[in-house]
Amino acid sequence: MNNLAHIWQSHRQAISILVMVFLLAFVGINQSWVLALSIFNLCLISAIMALGVNIQWGYAGLFNIGIMGFAALGGLSVVLISAPAVPVAVSAGGMNMLFALFLLLLSIVLSVYLSKHKYNKGWVVLSLVAGYFAMRYFYIDAAQAIEAVNPSKTGYLGGLGLPVPLAWLAGGLLAAGAAWLIGKITLGLRSDYLAIASFGIAEIVLYIIKNEDWIARGVKNVTGLPRPVPLEIDLQQSPWFEEMVLWFNQSSLSLLTEAEKTKALSILLSEYSVVFVKLCYSSLFLAILVALIIMANLAFDSPWGRKVRAIRDNEIAASAMGKNVKRQHLQIFVIGSAIVGIAGALLVTYTGQFTPNSYQSLRFTFLIWVMVIVGGSGNNFGSVIGAFFIWFFWVESTPMGLWLAETVQNFAGTDNGVSAFLQDRAHFFRYIFMGLIMLLVLRFAPGGILPEKDKKL
Amino acid sequence: MPSFDNILNAFILLSNFVLLPALTYGAQLALGALAVTLVYSILRFANFSQANNMAFGTAMAILLTGFFQSQGWTISGFPTALLVIPLAIVITIICLLLTDRWVYRYYRINNAKSITVVMVSIGVMFIMGGLVQLIMGPEQQIFADGARFIWTAREFKTFSGLSEGLALKTSQLTTILLALLAVGLVFYFLQKTKVGKAMRAFSDNEDLALLSGINPDKVVFTTWLLVATLTTIAGVLFGLDKGFSPLQYHLLLLPVFAAVIVGGIGSPLGAIVGAFVISFSEMLLTYAYKKFFIYLLPTSLEPDSLLQLIGTEYKYAVSFVILIIVLLIKPTGIFKGKVL
Repeated sequence: MNNLAHIWQSHRQAISILVMVFLLAFVGINQSWVLALSIFNLCLISAIMALGVNIQWGYAGLFNIGIMGFAALGGLSVVLISAPAVPVAVSAGGMNMLFALFLLLLSIVLSVYLSKHKYNKGWVVLSLVAGYFAMRYFYIDAAQAIEAVNPSKTGYLGGLGLPVPLAWLAGGLLAAGAAWLIGKITLGLRSDYLAIASFGIAEIVLYIIKNEDWIARGVKNVTGLPRPVPLEIDLQQSPWFEEMVLWFNQSSLSLLTEAEKTKALSILLSEYSVVFVKLCYSSLFLAILVALIIMANLAFDSPWGRKVRAIRDNEIAASAMGKNVKRQHLQIFVIGSAIVGIAGALLVTYTGQFTPNSYQSLRFTFLIWVMVIVGGSGNNFGSVIGAFFIWFFWVESTPMGLWLAETVQNFAGTDNGVSAFLQDRAHFFRYIFMGLIMLLVLRFAPGGILPEKDKKL
Repeated sequence: MPSFDNILNAFILLSNFVLLPALTYGAQLALGALAVTLVYSILRFANFSQANNMAFGTAMAILLTGFFQSQGWTISGFPTALLVIPLAIVITIICLLLTDRWVYRYYRINNAKSITVVMVSIGVMFIMGGLVQLIMGPEQQIFADGARFIWTAREFKTFSGLSEGLALKTSQLTTILLALLAVGLVFYFLQKTKVGKAMRAFSDNEDLALLSGINPDKVVFTTWLLVATLTTIAGVLFGLDKGFSPLQYHLLLLPVFAAVIVGGIGSPLGAIVGAFVISFSEMLLTYAYKKFFIYLLPTSLEPDSLLQLIGTEYKYAVSFVILIIVLLIKPTGIFKGKVL
């Protein structure tokens, strides 16, 4: 027993990776490889989000509970950048809308300028209020005009039609902008204020996305977003792909007659094309995740990282040494949120659709936090491991819950209230279960699966 | 110059659609904010599970209401929920005391960082939310029974002879009366009783309070007692007024916290004032003033747009914006908080 514990202590990383590979292979063999791959892909995206949050929490102790909002902003940017434009809508209200936004921006810049130069507070308020009303005057007509253009198909401005990778960058920038705004206001005050402000901004971002149909069609969703990988249907028709599938299945196909062979081949082609597309996504996400982790770790070991750790371990001493604590925290908050935004953009690219109703704080904010805490806050690789485990159990808990309900049914006979109740409400158990995991880890293993390594300054 | 009747009509219109609802909503927020402020100043952490605790208390009250109705134990004219509030409070007290015993106590004894406890309270928030959804389901439920109005708008019109009516809902009257009673009792308790004074001393200076022989367990116990009472009453009143749905309660977190911070975190009076600041600005900013100005302005100047400052769907954003403004201008809030 002691020996086992010792092995676990010294090989935490290797063992957790092995367990994860084993679990995914188990799903692949028992359920399907397509499912295993889609779990894997979402694990990767969650891992990127968890990495962003871990940078904020582990590097600076910043408590961000608006993850949902930053992810939604990232998703929104995919629509804004890479969706095809709707020229009719742009000519109907695009200029007016642009002018309205320009007016709002102008009034904000003006009021910031006025307050920086110690003008009377009345002027600051007046410039904001006047800007707001001027914006609203142009905005109402423009929004109506845009939303009236073919509302069942478009009814929004559309995007710029640029390549998808640009949208990921833009997602990061958009999230970073929002983070800068609330960070600038709340950092330097009590640490709870950042939490409550980020919670608020997340909800408001979603209110805006849901209600302003001209931005991204609101709750009508934007579907069919462009993707960076080939379409399944194109793959099935391309000769090289067919050759590859033939080569993979040489032995089994050679036994069949010609007629059976074409039939079997078409089934194989559709299966392989789905797997191939998922694998393309996997390698893309994996590359991004690895690049981000390497960058984060390099930064943590650099002089910049030393400063970050010094501030985290003793804010007062660090500020006495002339380090600007607030500025540093703002920087880290913005970087972390940008990474969350990138992950949000990747998620929308992966699903190919932007559905504002799918953003729920339980699914995004809370689950990501459980990942960070379970994985080991402060350890970048730990949060990746946490993301894999938690996402895996989150997805697989529905089959598990149904299995539980079925067992109760088999055990107690049909038609009993308990199993019907369980089947109806099974998915709420997940929240309780995840909450319990979070509390138990915080209490009994605050380091998580991979605790942070102590680094000497 | 508008006639006297028109001025009166405009005022009645505003009272019916803005002032009275804002007063009611403010009273509900005030009770929730008071609970947050008590936890903050005595147990020293921002309790993020407050809104979901309110949902829990309300869920208990709804279950009990169903039971009471099936037994025929009701009061004529008033909602049955009023009868079950004491029982619901007892269940919530037990629930919160157990959470304290199993979750928060460990961190208190070990002097954990305040942000760790906040994180823990978020874990509690999601467990509570899951529990409530598991028991009640995600749909909206109306559990207010009895008469809907004390007097209706039409009765008011025939009584006063004005063309605008001021309706008084039963839920509004109950809220205002019950909130006044609850707040009065809490303030009396804190100012006059021995335990209340001990709580204030504890909040002011923990070490000094311990030194003078105040029993910390008793202070913590009493705090949760008060918090659970306020939480349940606030939750039930909000539910009577607007119906119960778990998500709606979850979203109350922002207005409640905004009220606390606007008033000055840790100050009970501030929490109440902050709650009314939030509720009145929410209602005043999202109301469409067209009809109001039709009464006051001559016909030639009659407005043709709705004259709404912010769309109703952005009600939620109002409390956030107020919160941001306060953080920018005066981060300590209206009443400098921190101590009771």
